[in-house]
Amino acid sequence: MTTAAARRVSVEGELTISTAAEHKQKLLSTLHGDGDVLLDLSGVAELDTAGLQVLLLVVRESAVRGIAVRLRDPSPAVAEVLAIAQLRDLEA
Amino acid sequence: MSADDDMREALETFVTEARDLVQGLEDGLLELEGNPAADETVNTLFRAAHTLKGSAGLFGLDHLVSFTHVVETILGALREGTLPVSPGLVSALLPCADHISAMVLGLAEGRLESTDREADDGARLIATLAPYLSDGAAPVTAGPRATEEAATTTRMWRLALRFGRDCLRNGMDPLSFLRYLATIGTVTDVVTSAEGMPDLDEMDPETCYLAFEVQLLTAAPKAEIEGVFEFVRDESDIRIVPADDQVDLYVKAIRAMPESDRLGDVLLSSGVVTELELVEALRIQEQRKKLGGAEAVPLGTILVEQGIVPRPIVDAALNRQRKTAEIRSQDTQTIRIDAARLDKLIDLVGELVIAQSSTGVGTAASGGHQSSEAQGEVMRLVDEVRHSALSLRMVPIGTTLRRFERVVRDVGMELGKDVVLVITGGDAEMDKALVERISDPLLHLVRNSLDHGVEPAEERTRHGKASRGTLRINAYHDAGNIVIEVGDDGRGLDRERILAKATDRGLVAPGATLTDAEIFDLIFEPGFSTAEAVSNLSGRGVGMDVVRRNVTALRGSIEVETTRGAGTTIRIRLPLTLAIIDGFLVGVGQSSFIVPLDRVTECVELPQGPLNRDCMNLRGEVLPFIRLRSLFGIPGEPAQRQNVVIVEQSGLRTGLVVDALLGELQTVIKPLGVLFSKVDCISGSTILGDGGIALILDVGPLVTGHSEREYARQLRRPAPVGG
Repeated sequence: MTTAAARRVSVEGELTISTAAEHKQKLLSTLHGDGDVLLDLSGVAELDTAGLQVLLLVVRESAVRGIAVRLRDPSPAVAEVLAIAQLRDLEA
Repeated sequence: MSADDDMREALETFVTEARDLVQGLEDGLLELEGNPAADETVNTLFRAAHTLKGSAGLFGLDHLVSFTHVVETILGALREGTLPVSPGLVSALLPCADHISAMVLGLAEGRLESTDREADDGARLIATLAPYLSDGAAPVTAGPRATEEAATTTRMWRLALRFGRDCLRNGMDPLSFLRYLATIGTVTDVVTSAEGMPDLDEMDPETCYLAFEVQLLTAAPKAEIEGVFEFVRDESDIRIVPADDQVDLYVKAIRAMPESDRLGDVLLSSGVVTELELVEALRIQEQRKKLGGAEAVPLGTILVEQGIVPRPIVDAALNRQRKTAEIRSQDTQTIRIDAARLDKLIDLVGELVIAQSSTGVGTAASGGHQSSEAQGEVMRLVDEVRHSALSLRMVPIGTTLRRFERVVRDVGMELGKDVVLVITGGDAEMDKALVERISDPLLHLVRNSLDHGVEPAEERTRHGKASRGTLRINAYHDAGNIVIEVGDDGRGLDRERILAKATDRGLVAPGATLTDAEIFDLIFEPGFSTAEAVSNLSGRGVGMDVVRRNVTALRGSIEVETTRGAGTTIRIRLPLTLAIIDGFLVGVGQSSFIVPLDRVTECVELPQGPLNRDCMNLRGEVLPFIRLRSLFGIPGEPAQRQNVVIVEQSGLRTGLVVDALLGELQTVIKPLGVLFSKVDCISGSTILGDGGIALILDVGPLVTGHSEREYARQLRRPAPVGG
């Protein structure tokens, strides 16, 4: 386990099929650094299944690399999706 | 953005489905009016409205959802029996179906919200429904459904949803299905699984990898849950099974059911399977039988294997199945195909027919014996391919005809006439394109019959007829044609009045002697109308001539049969398809022409005679003829021996003088460009086996046009020339 402090990364705007590819690259690149990542989702205006998949991919990938990714401050759009997909524990 | 395109595509599918559903609503309502006790009809209506609302909800079409919801509520009350079927209610619901149809049409044009006028209309219509809505429940939002179904038992379902890989690209968001499920019941548990997601590099952000397992507590029947996934069913793997602890309930319910011949029926009525699942299982059964060739796998085994029904339930149902052989009806499955693709296929088949007939010519010339046998086989196969390709375009005409029930009802009401519509032969099939193009002329004929044909009730009783008029539409196949008859039992055509009017309008020379058929034919002349009062419906003198023009444009013919006081029947005769005709190839100089074979009655050699004469003696009768060479101004000397192709049009025979008779040919019609749209004696062109082009003669206009030209020429001539 690394000891470095958790880094906070913000996701802004739409996290949907139209931007999923972009966000995938960006979020995965943050995993290259040391330490846990806190994904700040307060600025996400829209989230669909494609967006959700990217979040799940990042979480899974982080586990492979031995770091933890936590979702933080979900915007209402994010909170609603996490509620229907019952994925609240990603926030913990 | 490509996502937008996908969305549009999905929306198009929705619009197509929605149109069918609205049509179903209308048909059902009319049926209900005739037979208010039809429970099954009420069910169908309710399901149509419900599916429409549900699908509209998936697209976020709030205007459609809120309006349809009100209609659905009323239909729900009908289904529950809390509201009786009354003519007033049907009359109030019919315009609602129209309104929904208008909104769907708006969608097709890209309007995702209602216009102000539509919104006003909608509000007005809902107001007319208000008296029927119990306890003033006119919810305008699409909320979870009210307690109307609380009576049926609430059940727990386990839904395994594995959406198609492309569903995101197709504009379908699995999450919206989860949201919708929450409106038909209570979603107690969701497990979202990303196990299908591949490794980092292979993961395509636009592909859907997620699978969901949902526990849904709902009173909705299984078919309704299944209906939620209607638009993704094809590409997705959707399993809906009773939750584990519910199995006993089904087993108990099935044990209490009467015996039945078929396992499927038992399972169906228990609600554990839906019709769609059953059809799919039967299809698998059929497929295996074909592959294995051996004995059929029992249906129950397939249902268990496919994870549709748990084993204990199937066993319980098997006990209820009588020990009779499992007979099942042939499952009719349909698939929607883009009409353009079908046209492309038919076009290709057409080219194949051409190419094949050209090789036919080649072999016949070289005279290879062996190859001619193979050639014959190929010819037979191509012919079969052509037939089945054409049959793909064939649709039963009934759907179009049933639309007239509404017209007859509305127009009858407007005119204060009680008329019943009897449709026969609705299963006669014809080319879809033709069906669409014949629908307007038919509509006009129906209106015309109602307006002018059927008398008001008092007049009918005075003449000793039943006070209720009858309008009959009959369709049948006759020698490569489809015949559609629109007949009424009304007053019939008035020979004298038509003649007087025609003389008055200068359509007929005064004192001319005409046969009955010729006189009745006058009603199709432009500018002819006998209606005493110009009504809202017809009688403006535009109509019958337009009808005839439309029918002729489809290479059809129209005739009228009438008996004074007993009724009129108008008979339209159309080819089954517009794409291919059997033609007769003739040559004039260097040019080739095709005469539609169904018009050709015989061919004779042109007798020697004066060059300027335009008629000949055919077995003692005078046969006028047209010299194609001079008509089309084809240069060169006529051949030594010329031939006459005798064609028949509206009972009149005319000869066409040509140089050479080249034989029968299956011809794919290629339309001429707009540039030639004014050329009225040519209906199209085709490519010959040798690569040459032949023009297809349009016999009707050719003959009538020629008589007119001839008449004009005679008038110009100072003194008539005998002979």
